[in-house]
Amino acid sequence: MMVTNSGSAAGTLHASLLRGFAVLASGVLFGFGLALSTMIRPEVVLGFLQWRDFGLMLVMGGAVVVTAATYGIAPRLMRIPPLGDHFHRHVSLLNRQTLLGAAIFGVGWGLCGVCPGPAIAGLGTGNFDLLWALAGIALGALAQGSTARI
Amino acid sequence: MIRFLATASQRMDPISLFPFGWRHYLGGGLFIGAGVALLFVLTGLVGGMSTVFTSTWSYLTRQPFFQQERFVSSRGWRLVFAAGLILGAFVWWVGFGPPQPLHTTLPWWQLLAGGLLVGYGARLGNGCTSGHGICGLGSLQLPSLLAVLTFMGTAFATAQLALRFAGSGP
Repeated sequence: MMVTNSGSAAGTLHASLLRGFAVLASGVLFGFGLALSTMIRPEVVLGFLQWRDFGLMLVMGGAVVVTAATYGIAPRLMRIPPLGDHFHRHVSLLNRQTLLGAAIFGVGWGLCGVCPGPAIAGLGTGNFDLLWALAGIALGALAQGSTARI
Repeated sequence: MIRFLATASQRMDPISLFPFGWRHYLGGGLFIGAGVALLFVLTGLVGGMSTVFTSTWSYLTRQPFFQQERFVSSRGWRLVFAAGLILGAFVWWVGFGPPQPLHTTLPWWQLLAGGLLVGYGARLGNGCTSGHGICGLGSLQLPSLLAVLTFMGTAFATAQLALRFAGSGP
């Protein structure tokens, strides 16, 4: 995965550490945003889904605009990212699985108001009730993978 | 709901769509976008959050599905990214949150049952609110837009039904 200048063991370790720190720092921004926007509170998410408060549109909108601008511009400015081998792309396929999966995901989200990011981030605020949702998501993912055909 | 709409239209004030204010929503969204953007600019990686729930199982089960290269090769950074999410929310809690830990009033079975469907569905559809919603829409993928419209539709319907029949919600 990594492209290093030296190719030596020390250089590889150094690059891996830098890359790990970059991933961690990015996650910190993401988690801070989830907490600041109160998306880590299932009650707030359900309030949106029950049309009492439309804040989630602003959260999604703000995040999408920044992401779209970056995904569009960064590969034009750099051939490869400084700590990676190439710019990846989110690949979505238009098929039955994508839509059926999204529909099932939505039912679960509408039931509990927790999606994968907030289930993880919420633990940082000491909200250990979310461990129930986290366990559910992990077991759901296990069930999906165990019954999937490769 | 009808009373809420009537109140909102009487005041003709778009801010009343946001009874708890709007700045923290927009600000939080910009922080989330900044996290996804920084990850991409520095490492080229795309940071959806649901894949970590599959890739982490590759440490624990030998089943061929979980041992696919795309999960095994990304499981390390995905766990680091997840740790960053916890740390970032912790920073918010210490700096700006209430003195006591957050908790939720939803019953445990509702969190567990909802979580099961969230995990199964997000992995079957290969994306969640961040994978399809932020990264997919951010890379202008039509299938992601259809996925977002689909899960928004079923989530609205489920939450409204739950409110009506079970009286769930705050």
